[in-house]
Amino acid sequence: MFNLDRRSLIKGGAALGAMGATGLLDFAKAWAQQSQWKPEQGASLNMLRWKRFVEAEDKQFMVMIDAFSKATGVKVNISNESFDDIQPKASVAANTGQGPDLVWGLFSLPQLFPSKCLPVGDVAEYLGKKYGGWVPSAQAYGQFEGKWVAIPVAFNGGYINYRISSMNKSGFKEFPKDTGGFLDLCKAMKGNNFPVGFALGHATGDGNSWCHWALWSHGGYLVDKNDKVIINSPETAKALEYVKELYGTFTPGTASWNDSSNNKAFLAGDLHLTGNGISIYAAAVAQGMKNIAEDMDHAFWPIGPVGKPTEFQLAFPLLAFNFTKYPQACKALMAYMLEAENYNPWLEAAAGYLTHPLNAYDNNPVWTKDPKNTVFREAAKRTLTAGGLGSIGEKAAAALADFIVVDMFANYCTGREDLKGSIRVAERQAQRLFRS
Amino acid sequence: MSDSVAGRLTAPAIRHTTRWDRLRINRNWLGFWFMLPAALILVLFLAYPLGKGVWLSFTDAKIGRTGVFIGLENYEWLGLPWWEDADGVFWLSVFNTVVYTVVASVVKFAIGLYLAILLNQHLPFKALIRSIVLIPFVVPTVLSAIAFWWIFDSQFSIISWSLRHMGLIDHNINFLGDPNNARAAVIFANIWRGVPFIAITLLAGLQTVSPSLYEAATLDGATRWQNFRFVTFPLLTPIIAVVMTFSVLFTFTDFQLIWAMTRGGPVNATHLMATLSYQRAILAGNLGEGAAIATAMVPFLLFAIMVSWFGLQRRKWQQGADND
Repeated sequence: MFNLDRRSLIKGGAALGAMGATGLLDFAKAWAQQSQWKPEQGASLNMLRWKRFVEAEDKQFMVMIDAFSKATGVKVNISNESFDDIQPKASVAANTGQGPDLVWGLFSLPQLFPSKCLPVGDVAEYLGKKYGGWVPSAQAYGQFEGKWVAIPVAFNGGYINYRISSMNKSGFKEFPKDTGGFLDLCKAMKGNNFPVGFALGHATGDGNSWCHWALWSHGGYLVDKNDKVIINSPETAKALEYVKELYGTFTPGTASWNDSSNNKAFLAGDLHLTGNGISIYAAAVAQGMKNIAEDMDHAFWPIGPVGKPTEFQLAFPLLAFNFTKYPQACKALMAYMLEAENYNPWLEAAAGYLTHPLNAYDNNPVWTKDPKNTVFREAAKRTLTAGGLGSIGEKAAAALADFIVVDMFANYCTGREDLKGSIRVAERQAQRLFRS
Repeated sequence: MSDSVAGRLTAPAIRHTTRWDRLRINRNWLGFWFMLPAALILVLFLAYPLGKGVWLSFTDAKIGRTGVFIGLENYEWLGLPWWEDADGVFWLSVFNTVVYTVVASVVKFAIGLYLAILLNQHLPFKALIRSIVLIPFVVPTVLSAIAFWWIFDSQFSIISWSLRHMGLIDHNINFLGDPNNARAAVIFANIWRGVPFIAITLLAGLQTVSPSLYEAATLDGATRWQNFRFVTFPLLTPIIAVVMTFSVLFTFTDFQLIWAMTRGGPVNATHLMATLSYQRAILAGNLGEGAAIATAMVPFLLFAIMVSWFGLQRRKWQQGADND
């Protein structure tokens, strides 16, 4: 088995970073020479980004920005905000016409105010051509009515996290690929006293991602492609029945879980199967918890009756406002960030936390040097977009923030409402948000 | 001679008192001038935001975008509890808020009064004990909320752990995952935080009661209970009215405890109107809908204030006579 020595890995990474800094500057200078986007005289940019979760990712990001500034003379100020605060700030900037030039946000941010976004079709086309094309979900998040309004820089994958030995002891050689097998596994694990659990509380990331997978894998959707509410369907009922049976195998307390609950429990050895990003594994490796790091692995979300992947992953689109005084500098920075010389080391530094939206980066060593990272390579390809069949916009964002789907499952699983009642509550909430 | 006017002095133009002078000098207006700065501050920082909030609830404003007037639409979507298609989540939050406020306030009052009376006795280390009582009030709310979140955690609860090691239970207690347990847990946290405020304020009130009244009552043959019932309690009612008004207001509008401990879960069982309003207005971006929920809190708060002021402040009630 592949044995990961974290210490040497970190050292290697640091050396690479130190060496990379000068190398990166040379590249940046050469790139600036021949780039088709020439920053305006005296340009300086303000960029708002989500606050990092992986320190090495942020470090590499700053190295890259620094090289850009030195090569082009464009000063770039970076400010960080938590996930929840990015959208309000960006919305205010969009409507007052002042604020940061660039915002690197979440999900549907550009679709909230597409007319305020700098059109970036040329950048997207350039990158797409050079790096093997954009994956479909990236096109969906980056485009509004067929025009590019943002560059989908990266995705963040969340997958099944499980303890290998516990799965084996429960009679499974490999992780089941369909929802039926998955339910059997969970039942077997519960039978062997290996706790299983997925967040059913108001967990913005974990709760929304697994509940949407469960709903979509059975063909249920909140709205159709015209944003008409269609949650009240036999498919939804099937998804609810499936999740209720799954819930029977969960460890007690999942209805109270937030985004960090399963991380804590898994790292404490009190949880052997859950849904999460790569952060549990990264923490286990970083803190030298060998017994957990070596015994755990990741798996795709099982395929449901609809017969295709129905995952729900986080997207990170980068937009520039059209009120910026330096549109060329903005475009130059966007294109520069996704060039292989920048993007590859950055992706590596993120250690699986970020997934690329451009096909060419499938070859990045981060996906293969540790086989436990590999499933995260597919996050951008396998995800549906926020809103499911419907539009990616403020209504879809509001439905996520209001936990409509999570609460529907939680209502039925905890027995607060019967099947019809849970669907009815969700339908009522959705009608409020999706009224025209 | 003629009636020449040469020798006369021209009268200086008589300066009539102008309106401005009156406003400047008049004593009645003076009061107005002194109140003006305070009034401006109140209007600017209290009345305007409140008015703006109410106005927002009649619009479809989103974050960063001014809305247009849509009348009562936001309120219609909230509905009334007996409507077939009322907003169940909203009315659940109203129910939760009322339960939370009533239970927490009653318990806080009982414990607070008990503590105040206890602290009013002659105890050794009185000053030290009094300052210890204040600790829950001094700790920042978010910190204590996070502490409680750990105490009630489904996997790592110290309570579950202790009981398990004592052999009293064989599995963890589902504190925040079960609706009623979760309600009890957040109410407990609120009580823990709120008791010192009431205890210390009532203690201050108790110390203003003149000992001679107790002497007189005792000479008349009053028991300790009668001493409390007919001397202490009536003299304390004005301060009880004030302190309970504040306590009810703070409890009703509580946000931090809930947000840090449960975020309104499980299944909205601990969502208060304040947290639901925040979720819909700020996180989901629908400022108008959030403002409608926040505005819907106002009648409840007014009602609570009315009860305490007109109920508890009546002198008849205080002094047992009919001198309204």
